[in-house]
Amino acid sequence: MIDISHLLVLGAVMFCISMAGIFINRKNVIILLMSIELMLLSVNLNFVAFSYHLGDLAGQVFVFFILTVAAAEAAIGLAILVVVFRTRQTINVAELDTMKG
Amino acid sequence: MIDGKNRSRRIVKKTRRIVDRIRSEPPTVTLVQLLFYFFAIVLVGAGMRVITVRNPVHAALFLVLAFFSMASIWLLLEEEFLAIVLVLVYVGAVMVLFLFVIMMLDVNLAQLRAGFIRHLWVGVGVAFLIVVQLYGVFTAKNLGLASAPPPVAHGANYSNTEELGRLLYTNYVYPFEIAAVVLLVAIVAAIALTMRRRAGTKHQRPSHQVAVRREDRIRIVKMPAEKKQ
Amino acid sequence: MYSIYLWTVLAPLIGAVVAGFFGRVIGRAGAHWVTIIGVAIATILSFLAYKHVVVDGAPAFNGTVYVWGIVGDLRLEIGFLIDELSATMMLVVTFVSLMIHVYTIGYMSDDPGYQRFFSYISLFTFAMLMLVMSNNFFQLFFGWEAVGVVSYLLIGFWYQRESAIFANLKAFVVNRVGDFGFILGIAAVLMYFDSLDYATVFERAPGVLGTTIEVLPGSEWSVMTLVCILLFIGAMGKSAQFPLHVWLPDSMEGPTPISALIHAATMVTAGIFMVARMSPLFELSDTALTTVMWIGAITCMFMGLLGLVQNDIKRVIAYSTLSQLGYMFVALGVSAYAAGIFHLTTHAFFKALLFLAAGSVIIGMHHEQDMRKMGGLWKYMPITWFTSLIGTLALVGFPGFSGFFSKDAIIDAAHHSSLPGAGIVYWMVLGSVLITSLYSFRLFFLVFHGKARMDEHTREHLHESPAVVTVPLMVLAIPSAIIGWFFVVPVLFGGYFGSSIFVEPGHDVLATMAETFPGTSKFFLEGFFHWPFYLAVIGFLISWYMYIKRPDLPDKVTAHTRVVYDILVRKYGFDELYQFLFAGGARGIGELLWRLGDQGLIDGVIVNGTARAVGRFAGFARKIQSGFLYDYAFAMIIGLLVLMSLGLYVYS
Repeated sequence: MIDISHLLVLGAVMFCISMAGIFINRKNVIILLMSIELMLLSVNLNFVAFSYHLGDLAGQVFVFFILTVAAAEAAIGLAILVVVFRTRQTINVAELDTMKG
Repeated sequence: MIDGKNRSRRIVKKTRRIVDRIRSEPPTVTLVQLLFYFFAIVLVGAGMRVITVRNPVHAALFLVLAFFSMASIWLLLEEEFLAIVLVLVYVGAVMVLFLFVIMMLDVNLAQLRAGFIRHLWVGVGVAFLIVVQLYGVFTAKNLGLASAPPPVAHGANYSNTEELGRLLYTNYVYPFEIAAVVLLVAIVAAIALTMRRRAGTKHQRPSHQVAVRREDRIRIVKMPAEKKQ
Repeated sequence: MYSIYLWTVLAPLIGAVVAGFFGRVIGRAGAHWVTIIGVAIATILSFLAYKHVVVDGAPAFNGTVYVWGIVGDLRLEIGFLIDELSATMMLVVTFVSLMIHVYTIGYMSDDPGYQRFFSYISLFTFAMLMLVMSNNFFQLFFGWEAVGVVSYLLIGFWYQRESAIFANLKAFVVNRVGDFGFILGIAAVLMYFDSLDYATVFERAPGVLGTTIEVLPGSEWSVMTLVCILLFIGAMGKSAQFPLHVWLPDSMEGPTPISALIHAATMVTAGIFMVARMSPLFELSDTALTTVMWIGAITCMFMGLLGLVQNDIKRVIAYSTLSQLGYMFVALGVSAYAAGIFHLTTHAFFKALLFLAAGSVIIGMHHEQDMRKMGGLWKYMPITWFTSLIGTLALVGFPGFSGFFSKDAIIDAAHHSSLPGAGIVYWMVLGSVLITSLYSFRLFFLVFHGKARMDEHTREHLHESPAVVTVPLMVLAIPSAIIGWFFVVPVLFGGYFGSSIFVEPGHDVLATMAETFPGTSKFFLEGFFHWPFYLAVIGFLISWYMYIKRPDLPDKVTAHTRVVYDILVRKYGFDELYQFLFAGGARGIGELLWRLGDQGLIDGVIVNGTARAVGRFAGFARKIQSGFLYDYAFAMIIGLLVLMSLGLYVYS
C-alpha cells in the first residue's frame, strides 16, 4: 500500500522537473517536446494515484484519453518541428524569435 | 586526549540508542513500498537526465527509461492495462517517432556543446519553490484522503482490462469516438504539414479529375456517314 | 403716459435696427431719415413727458414694463421711473442727439459707413434713454454697459485705423475697470438692501445706515460708504474722472459728431446722473461725498492744465470736457445736486456746440485738426465763428450766458460747504476758471484769429459748411446763451427736482445760497464784480497777448518752463504708467500663464507628457515580448507560482 502523498509528491517533482526543462533548455526544440511528454506523464501519475486510492476507474479512463491526445500532439509537434527545420535549418530555440516585439 | 576519548564515547552511546529504538519498534517497509521507492528514484533520475544531457538521442533514451519506470510504478498500483499501453504506445510509437525525427534532422552537435546559461538557477529556483508548495499541500493533514476507505485489494481473476473496457464502451463511448477522430486529424495534419511534392513523380489530382467538364473533353464533330463500300 | 415713455425708448431702437440691418437696402437717405424720425419722435415725446412731469407737476411715474426674470426672491425687471431728474435728462439726451443726427448728414456725407454710423448713434440714444429712465439697478447697469459698447463701436468707427482701434479698446477696458467697482456696488446693494429696485432701496437706506462690514481683517467700514464709493468708482470710469480719465482724449479718434454726442453731452454725464439719482444713498455718507468732491476737484484743475498744451483742436475740447465734468462732481460732492445737474445741462449744450463747431472747422480745413495750421478763419466761416464765440463765452462763464449761472453756482456751493477740504476745493475750482479761460481763448484765437497759417491750396477752398452743419450749431447756440436766465432760479432754488433728489438738511448748501441769492438780473450784474469774472478776463487778456499780439511768446515761455511743459505734454505720465503697469502687466501675466500653464503644464505635462509616458512605458513593456518560447513559458510558470502562493495564503 503506497501512501497517496508519496505518489502525489512524486508527480509534483516530475512536473517541476519538466517545467525546469522547458525553461532551461535553450538549445534544442526536441528537448522541449520531450519535457512536455514528461509533464503529461506526471499528470497521468496523478490520475492513476487517485484512481487507485479512491477505487474509481474514471481516473484510468482519463489517463487513456490523455495518452491518446498526447500521442496525437507529439506527432503533430514533430511534424511542425520538421517543417521549421526545413525552413530555418536550425532547432536552436534561441534563434526562433521572429515574434519578437 | 581525554576529550577525544569522551567524544567517541558519546557517539557510541548515541548510535546504541538509535539502534535500540529501531530494534524495539522495527519499521515495516513492504516489498511494494521498497519497489516503489526504487522505481521513483530511477524515474526522477531519468527525468533530470532528460533535461540536462547534450545529445538529444541520449535524452530520448533517458525518456524511454522514465517511461519504463513509470509503467512499473503503475503495475505496482494494479493498473496493468495502462502500464502496458504506456509502454506499447508511448515508448513503442511516440518515442520511436522522436528518435526518427532526431536522427532525420541534421543537428549540429558541436553547436549543442556550448556552455550552460546563466538563467539556469532562476528556473531551478522557481521549480524548487513550486515543488515545496506542492509538497506542503499534498502532505497536509486536512487533505481529506485519510478518511477515504483504503484501496480494496482485488482477487486473482480481477481483470483490470475488462473493467476498463466495460466502462469505456458504455459510459465513455462518446469521448472514445472523439479520441479516434482526434487521432485521424493528427494523421492528416502531420501529412499535410510535412509532405513535399517532388517534381517528376506522377500522381493523380482527384480534385481536378472530378472538376472536369464535358465541354473540355468532348468535341462533337459533324461529318457525313461514310458509305460502306 | 405709459405708452409715451415706451415709445420714447423704442423709436430710436427701431430706427437703429432698421438702419443697421437694412442699411444697404434702404440706402443712405433712407438710413438717415429713419433714424432721424426715430430720434425726433423720442424728442417730441420727451418734451411731452417733461411738460407732464416738470411743468404740470404730475407725480413721478414708477412702473414695470417687463419682468425679465425671477431668480429666487430677486426680480429682474425693465421699468421706468420718470420724475424731474429723468425727464430733464431725457430731454437733454434726445435733443442733443437729434442735433447730432442732423449734423451727421453733412459731416459724414462721403463716408462709406454712413448707414452704420446712423444706426450706432440711434442705438446709443436708445441705450442712454434706458439708462436715465430706469427704475432699478439692473436696467441701469444694462444701459451703462450698452452705452459703453456703443461708445466702443463708435470710437473705432474707422476701424482700419490702428490708432482708432487702440483708442476704442482703451476706452472699453478703462470703462471696464470702473464697471468692476460698479458691479461690486450693485452686488453690495443687493446684499444689504435685498432689492435692486430704486424705491425699495431708498426706503431702506436709513435702516442700513448703521451697519458695518469688515473689508480687511480688523478694519470696519460703513456699508453705506462702501456702497457709495463702489458706485462712484463706476462713475469715475464712465465719466472719465481721475485716475480713470485716460480714455477720453484718445476717444477723439472717433468722428466729431460722436465726440459731441457721447463724450461731451451724454455718455460721460451718465456718471453724474447716477450719483444724483443715488442722492438718498450718498447723502448718508459724508466720506463718499468728500471722495466725490475731491476727485472732482483734482480732475477739474489738473485736466484743465493739460488743455493748455494740446495742439489738436479736439483734444483741447476733450480736456475741457474732463475739467467741466470735474466741476459737476464737485457740485455733487458738496450736495448741490441741482447745481451739478444744471451744469450738466448747460454744459451739454455749449460743449456739443463747441465740438460741432470744431467739426465744422475740420470739414472746412479738409480734415486737418492741428491748430498750429489754422488761423484767421473768421473771415471764411462766419457762422461757425459766431457760434463758437457764444460757446466759448458760455464755457468761461461770462455773465449772462448759461455757463455763468451754473458754474458760479458750483463755485459758491463749494465755498459754502462744510466737508473736509472744501476750502481747498473752492480755491482749486476758482483757479480752474482762469485755466478754463486760458485754454478756451487760446483755442479761439489760434483757430479763428491771427495770421492764417494754412497752405494756399486749403485756403482757397475754405468756405462755410453746408446748412445741415450750421443749423444745428445755431440751434444749440440758443440754449447755450439763454437757458441760464430762465432756469437758474427754479432749478437751483425752486424745488425743481422735487423728490427726485434728496438732500440732508445739514448738507443743503443750495438752501443756504438761496437765502443770499439776489435774483437773476441782480446776480447777473453782480457777476461782473466777482472773482470768476475777473479771472476769466485775465485769461482772455493773457491769451490775446500771447496768441494775437505776440505770437512768438508761447515758444519762449515753453523754453523757459521746459520741465513743467514736459510733464503736461506727457499728461503726467498716466498713459505710460497704465500702459506699462496694467496693460503690460496683464499681457505679462497672460504670457506667463500661457508659457507655464498652457504650453508647459497642459501641453507639456498633461498632453505630451502622457503621450511620452505611454510611449516610454510601451517601450519598456515591449521588451517582455522577446520572441523566445522559453521566456513565455517562464512567464506562465511565474504566474502559476504566484497564484499558488496566493491560494495557499488564502487557505492557510
